[in-house]
Amino acid sequence: MLEVRDLRKAFAGFVAVGGVSLTVETRQIAAVIGPNGAGKSTLFNLITGHIMPDGGRVLLDGRDITGAAPHRICRMGIGRSFQRTNIFARLSVFENVQAAFLAHRGRGANFWARSEDFYRDETAGLLASIGLDAHADAIAGTLSYGNQKQLELGIALASDPEVLLLDEPTAGMSATETRETMQLLRRIAGERGLTLLFTEHDMEVVFTIAAKIAVLHQGHLLAEGTPAEMRSDPEVRRVYLGEH
Amino acid sequence: MTGRRRATLASRIPWTLIVFLAAATVPWIGSRYDTFLASQIVIDALFAVSLNLLLGTTGLVSFGHVAYFGVGAYVCGILMKTYEVPFVLAFPAAGLGAALFALVSGYFCVRLQKLYFAMLTLAFSQIVWAIAYKWNDVTGGDQGLPEIPYPDLDWMSAIPGFGDLRIGDRFYLLTLVLVALSIAALRIITRSPFGRMLTTIRDNPERAAFIGLNVRAYQLAAFVVAGAFAGLAGALYGLFSRGVFADYVFWSKSAEVIIMTILGGMDYFWGPPVGALALVWLNQQITAYTEYWPFVLGAILLVLLFAFTGGIVGGIVAGFRFARYRLARRDA
Repeated sequence: MLEVRDLRKAFAGFVAVGGVSLTVETRQIAAVIGPNGAGKSTLFNLITGHIMPDGGRVLLDGRDITGAAPHRICRMGIGRSFQRTNIFARLSVFENVQAAFLAHRGRGANFWARSEDFYRDETAGLLASIGLDAHADAIAGTLSYGNQKQLELGIALASDPEVLLLDEPTAGMSATETRETMQLLRRIAGERGLTLLFTEHDMEVVFTIAAKIAVLHQGHLLAEGTPAEMRSDPEVRRVYLGEH
Repeated sequence: MTGRRRATLASRIPWTLIVFLAAATVPWIGSRYDTFLASQIVIDALFAVSLNLLLGTTGLVSFGHVAYFGVGAYVCGILMKTYEVPFVLAFPAAGLGAALFALVSGYFCVRLQKLYFAMLTLAFSQIVWAIAYKWNDVTGGDQGLPEIPYPDLDWMSAIPGFGDLRIGDRFYLLTLVLVALSIAALRIITRSPFGRMLTTIRDNPERAAFIGLNVRAYQLAAFVVAGAFAGLAGALYGLFSRGVFADYVFWSKSAEVIIMTILGGMDYFWGPPVGALALVWLNQQITAYTEYWPFVLGAILLVLLFAFTGGIVGGIVAGFRFARYRLARRDA
């Protein structure tokens, strides 16, 4: 279970996140929506330790992880993808995922063995499950945009997270790619029992897979609830769903 | 099999062994001057490979790598000359001393990024230079430490065929073996899981932190390892040139080793040794014809940076790939 309590952050006086509280239950799929500049990415960066909050708490299964360094938060079981795709561009696809296994399983201090001999089956298996096995030997930077997003998911999954934060997992994808990616996410979340929190622009995507939706507006939580509740909430309809 | 490079005919040939054996024949087939050049190349090769653990593998641009080379040279030189410590102890002590200094200076350097990191490494190297230049009692100041004794290499006479080698030849062979072992160690480190973590930091430090790596700790570890091996290279260089002088620690030598690394190809493990060979050899050839060596070097660098960004080794690899592609097309 991921809990955010009264999280606050201001940049030079501009309130990016102004007292947001949010709970994502274990194995729940939840979405944060809101217009550009609503504070979605800042909220993610506060949760994953990339930005120090001015106030508030982040709890993972009741444990306070507020303000811990990103690499510690990753080890505690939060995985994430970034809005701008974040992969190891000069390594092969296989090496990208293999490196994440090596790091997560604490092999990084091993300076004598050959790295390519480690976790071959795990890496191949994970690549197959995200549908990248055909590209295993390709240099990651040469992949298509959609495939790079898939690879980023693979890197995050190699850390065996309990909670996965995805910042716009389908940004820049075609309608078909978006649908495929969401199906993939839903399947993987089910198989691994993941708690999933994601931001997304595409409302159709959000309403199909999210069990819970939180609406962020100008750094504040406007409303939260099931997709059906959000659809009928007049305030949400007014500021975000584009109805006047 | 995915993820593994297929063994080609070229990769089955033990290239490193062949190069090592060829280098080992220099005292017998070459002149005294050839041995002198070969010693310089071999020592510079280790220095450049140690730098490339930072430059090519971890993505850290150090402008002050000569500091660790210099600390190693002074530690070994002072121990052997002032305290008459035998080489077997002074040599590892040089690596250890350089590693310790890298630990202290690196602790601060890895807190900065990119250009600021580079500037701080330069600052530390100038501090080392200033100390070497002014601390007369220990470093000999601007007079340096001349006449460092050679290590005792009489035992080599017992090996058949080594009996009539000059001391300079014997020291070259010792240098060659020590450098080969050091480069082999760096090769193992580069290919290890630790080395793989360094490449993830090079490619994307933000993502590397979010696969669970303490990026600064890894950068510092790389800095210390690179410093230690630079120290070993420095120790050998001090003995090879029979003295340690403040000039060895001047920042232009840091630039020289960066040039070697880029010239050879920093994306390839064997790039820096090739760069060391090319730079020392070219320097000799060209200064025989013209005094404008820096001009020629500048021209070579320009061509490299614009036409062959992969350096000499990158150019060779691209050539092989093109040839294979042409052959495959002809067969099809």
